Amino acid sequence: MPYETDYTNQGFTKVGTRVNRPDGVDKVTGRAKYGADANAAGQLVGRVLRSPHAHALITKIDTSKAEKLPGVKAVLTGKDFPDLTGGNRGLMDILENCMARGRALYDGHAVAAVAAIDADTANKALKLIKVTYKQLPHVTDVDEAIKPGAPIIHDWVRTAGVTPAPTTASNVAQRSEFGHGDVDAGFAQADVIIEKSFKTEQTHQGYIEPHACLATLGPDGSGELWVTTQGHFTFRNVCASLLGLEVAKLKVTSSEIGGGFGGKTHVWTEPVALQLSRKANRPVKLVMSRDEVFRATGPTSSTSVDVKIGAKRNGKITAATAELRYQSGAFPGMWAMFGAMTSFACYDLKNVKSVGFDVLVNRPKVAAYRAPSAPMAAFAVESVVDMLAAELGMDAVDFRIKNAAKKGTKASYGPVYGPIGIGPTLDAVKNHPHMKRKLGKNQGRGVACGFWFNFGGQTCTDLNIGVDGSVNLTVGTVDVGGSRASLALIAAEELGIDYEQVRVTIGDTNSLGHNDTTEGSRGTFSSGMATIFAARNAVDVLKQRAAATWDIPVEQVIWEAGEARAKGRQNNNLPPLSLKEIAAKSPRTGGPIAGHNEVVADGAGVSFASHMCDVEVDPETGATKILRYTVVQDAGKAIHPDYVEGQFQGGAAQGIGWALNEEYIYGDDGRLQNAGFLDYRIPVCSDLPFIDTQILEIPNPNHPYGVRGVGETSIVPPLAAIGNAVSNAVGVRMTHVPMSPPRILNAIETAKE
Amino acid sequence: MNGVTVSAKVNGDAVQYVCPADESLLDVLRNRLNLTGVKEGCGTGDCGACSITLDGRLVCSCLVLGAEAEGREIGTVEGLSEGGKLHPLQEEFIEKAALQCGICTPGFLVAAKSLLERNPNPTEEEIRYALAGNLCRCTGYDKIVRAVQSAAKIMRRGKKVAR
Amino acid sequence: MEVQLAGILSQAAGGARCVECTGATIGELLQSLVLRYPEMQMHLDEGVAVAVNGEIYRDRRDQPIPINADVFLLPRIQGG
Repeated sequence: MPYETDYTNQGFTKVGTRVNRPDGVDKVTGRAKYGADANAAGQLVGRVLRSPHAHALITKIDTSKAEKLPGVKAVLTGKDFPDLTGGNRGLMDILENCMARGRALYDGHAVAAVAAIDADTANKALKLIKVTYKQLPHVTDVDEAIKPGAPIIHDWVRTAGVTPAPTTASNVAQRSEFGHGDVDAGFAQADVIIEKSFKTEQTHQGYIEPHACLATLGPDGSGELWVTTQGHFTFRNVCASLLGLEVAKLKVTSSEIGGGFGGKTHVWTEPVALQLSRKANRPVKLVMSRDEVFRATGPTSSTSVDVKIGAKRNGKITAATAELRYQSGAFPGMWAMFGAMTSFACYDLKNVKSVGFDVLVNRPKVAAYRAPSAPMAAFAVESVVDMLAAELGMDAVDFRIKNAAKKGTKASYGPVYGPIGIGPTLDAVKNHPHMKRKLGKNQGRGVACGFWFNFGGQTCTDLNIGVDGSVNLTVGTVDVGGSRASLALIAAEELGIDYEQVRVTIGDTNSLGHNDTTEGSRGTFSSGMATIFAARNAVDVLKQRAAATWDIPVEQVIWEAGEARAKGRQNNNLPPLSLKEIAAKSPRTGGPIAGHNEVVADGAGVSFASHMCDVEVDPETGATKILRYTVVQDAGKAIHPDYVEGQFQGGAAQGIGWALNEEYIYGDDGRLQNAGFLDYRIPVCSDLPFIDTQILEIPNPNHPYGVRGVGETSIVPPLAAIGNAVSNAVGVRMTHVPMSPPRILNAIETAKE
Repeated sequence: MNGVTVSAKVNGDAVQYVCPADESLLDVLRNRLNLTGVKEGCGTGDCGACSITLDGRLVCSCLVLGAEAEGREIGTVEGLSEGGKLHPLQEEFIEKAALQCGICTPGFLVAAKSLLERNPNPTEEEIRYALAGNLCRCTGYDKIVRAVQSAAKIMRRGKKVAR
Repeated sequence: MEVQLAGILSQAAGGARCVECTGATIGELLQSLVLRYPEMQMHLDEGVAVAVNGEIYRDRRDQPIPINADVFLLPRIQGG
């Protein structure tokens, strides 16, 4: 292994301080350029025609009138995207999702696209495209889709993970089972068993910036793509594969990104924009409308989950099972598998089994949404955990502490845990002042735990020292929430220089080696790791230059506090050389000074959080107000505490929206009825209180600074924490998210009957 | 194009533009005047990312026609700082880490400035309701509210000193 | 060594939840697994993760596997 990634417990002078982000001024003055903010000479406007039907055969598309409209430069349908996938089913799914191939699979599925000289002409052209549909039966509900006789979405899908392999088509794309021990024996030992079913509705990441790109692709197969994305390298590779381009000839630049949360890890219109550009041989700017974002990008699954947990009178869980049905939209996914893996990850269980079923429906292709699939499973499991504690007459936090996973626990998804933070977060909850606040009438308190894997992946950074001693750090992960500041802190820490001396740039695909998509809470973890190593490489060069200047062996040079110092009494007469001094002389001592690193940042370290929440429910209207909300999470090491807190607060707020308001509402016609921010209501400022946070730092043994990813876990507990709080407030167990006013009133009414 | 010729003031400067009668002021600002600090999040007046002031009144520029701006005074995020000096709200948004992705920030700054002009000493609740027309998906609003509180305090102090 | 197979990966080994394999590194382990179970190649192409004594590795094929390590083959995880 080329680099030592072990945690070293070093001291810090920069890391852990709350410095101002380097891109702050750009972002408060309107100067920062996002996806829709770039333009090119001669650019065309791209627009996409979408299916109004949930499921239909496309028997004919007549584009002739649109093509003849003056100002229209290119028109595309599925026929303009030859199959270059080489039999790769996953790639074909992406291609077919970008543009329908003979069949529209959901309301909003792209069926044609145009590029024209202006928006007006492009809109007129869309109206002139005549599509003849033959409507097919559709299904949008996850439970309906697995019933016998449900419309089959794809006749080629056979349920994977079942032995013997099935021979007939099914909407269940995959069955995944995890667990260990003997659950039947475990339940036989239980004094109390609780079994309950839950549903969660589909939600969208709801980033404020719609997808946008500016695509240029010439007849020579060379092109450029400016795009709002979490992974410009991945976008390059996928677009190149789908369109038959050489990877090196497509330069992808990630714009500033106006929120992603997993939704910008996948291509949607980008291959279409590139293909329009190739056909018209002019740049094409394609910006999605909000309606398109809701109907045709990748929300998270709606789910249906059954949980059963048994425990002894002493509070020890003896067995737990879960069956999880997650819809993945119109294309196979593995979202239920992640639900099955994460469902019981917080607990130390001898006998556990979770089975996930990935289900196809006529809805948009599901994409990752912040700790994908974990919040729904946690909602079901943490609700039953609360019910079980109540049945046993135990405090819900004590019950969790008694059963919490710890170092050495065999995780429900298989491996044995190293040092983990679930126990400490629960201890922090137990001792938190929040838990001692008095509750009034119609108020309730809820606690819940959450888990997410986190991961690292391929990473590459470049660190260049200017002649004035200022440092440019180029990274390949995008800055979704302040990571430039964190990475500059790390570089400054390693080099021993001022934070302000470091400038961080997000490199395009032609300036750095491949970087995996910024997902899995990996930005600061993995680019941070690569930055440490790149800086250490640069320090090696700095030491060599100093040694050469002094004419002593490099072994006698050490790097301390931003300067080279000559060791040993014989070198007492040599005054230290600062980074600035060495940099100033670099043109004559061997040229530019740089450090570079490529690493596969593995060992990201699993992440745990515990949340507490107080609510007040209006029994007349069913409306819920969040009174207090507190997040406790293990960050390993908080590089920039402000932005760690920001992740905790943002995840909690998204979870609160999911728990109380947000849902995709489909009509009987299979059409999405609330494709806008008016009717798909995300939390606004007046909906929320201040969100309190407590950062725990249990070092990740696999990172030099002990960093764990922090971005995702905070969205996992809120559904359950609020579910438990509302249930305690109204005295009825809530089993369906979102707990909108009508659902809460209905639950109260049903309980009365 | 059946264009309408419009004369208006943007951030204090006189401008002239020609736009179709049905073009939104948002599109005019972004595409004709290159003021891309004004963001489009929805185009239907639900997200506040395109917040501007029109004769001092806070509006969503996606709900105003370019033609309606004739003879009027437009204020955008680009006009917030004076010369090289950031507005206290801009300073405090950076200082308090009130932005993550930053796409909603221009709208929040314009809306918060409008609030503080009307009410220099707002309560937390008044801030929350005044900013309820601006969506942020990253921060949970916590640090945004704190930044506005802090900027309000600094601005009040500044006024006292000026007197 | 014993390698435990999670989720749908066990299907590629004829339904076995646990198989016998050799290899001093993750790369060698995966090689020996495919030799025994050619169907596993499809999953390796799609991506897997290997947990060695609880640490999850997705891409580091040169990672050594200690003797008597707890080894778990997992499907590759996506994130937001």
